[in-house]
Amino acid sequence: MATGGKRKSPPTWPPIQNTGDIMIASLLFYLFSAVMLTSAVMVIAARNPVHAVLFLILAFFNAAGLFLLMGAEFLAFILVIVYVGAVAVLFLFVVMMLDINFRAMRQGFQRYLPVGGAVALVLLSQLVLVTSAWVVNPNALSTTTSQTTGLVENTRAIGRVLYTDYFYPFQVSGLILLVAMVGAIVLTLRDRKDSLRQKVSQQLNRPIADILEIKKVVSGQGVDL
Amino acid sequence: MIIGLPHFLVVAALLFTIGVFGIFVNRRNIIVILMAIELMLLAVNINFVAFSTYQNNMVGQIFTMIILTVAAAEAAIGLAILVVYFRNRGDIEVEHANMMKG
Repeated sequence: MATGGKRKSPPTWPPIQNTGDIMIASLLFYLFSAVMLTSAVMVIAARNPVHAVLFLILAFFNAAGLFLLMGAEFLAFILVIVYVGAVAVLFLFVVMMLDINFRAMRQGFQRYLPVGGAVALVLLSQLVLVTSAWVVNPNALSTTTSQTTGLVENTRAIGRVLYTDYFYPFQVSGLILLVAMVGAIVLTLRDRKDSLRQKVSQQLNRPIADILEIKKVVSGQGVDL
Repeated sequence: MIIGLPHFLVVAALLFTIGVFGIFVNRRNIIVILMAIELMLLAVNINFVAFSTYQNNMVGQIFTMIILTVAAAEAAIGLAILVVYFRNRGDIEVEHANMMKG
């Protein structure tokens, strides 16, 4: 947590209390949000898909900054490691590996712009209405499970909950990763016809006439092979 | 100009809307559709972490980790399907993806 041991219950928002720090935190919030939203727009509007992936990486970096502002340091670094280190690199690999005519793919952009814009406008207005006309019952805050005291750091607090109450979901998420790994390998593994692979069953099932020929050797004349 | 919970919720709503809009306008380009889905999942994660900090409740961050796991698995499987589809067809036009139509 941002204020460390000084934090007390009842819950406080934002995690930063000092007046000067609040100013800096507000500026950082607007900076991170503006860059994240701009790069998100560039992800869907970029002509070159490689640029789109790079803007996606920028968006994830700024989202990690927002996570830091909210006091979730562990998730911020997990976001950078998992998304920038693994998922975005996976996207880059695929975009660069496949020889695709991306110019032809943008033909529908103008056609779908009006209906997409209408749906986005309706969705955004509804979401903003929901987030503005909304209050928390003060009693609800005291009934939450897995409360943090503010005395332990974020990583330790996550570990305390993750390895006790949420141990089975944690294991299942590992299983999901295993299934995804096996699925990706099975999908992309290609059995090439010209690969020189040992086929043990064929070797063992050869008829004996193909491999063994008995010759009568006449003394002094040798064998005609 | 104190930054509260509604600020983060509005930013997440904007990001989610950008993701939905991206799916609509890039209907032919499945790579950008996958990236737009990642943006929508990121918006959901921001909501989860915002409420987690607001309520001093760690469960939101646990759920964010699980969403990150599922998003990574989804991206890997989606890109694997994309590679196989490109290998079989030579392009990734999703509008022509009606091979399995009965």
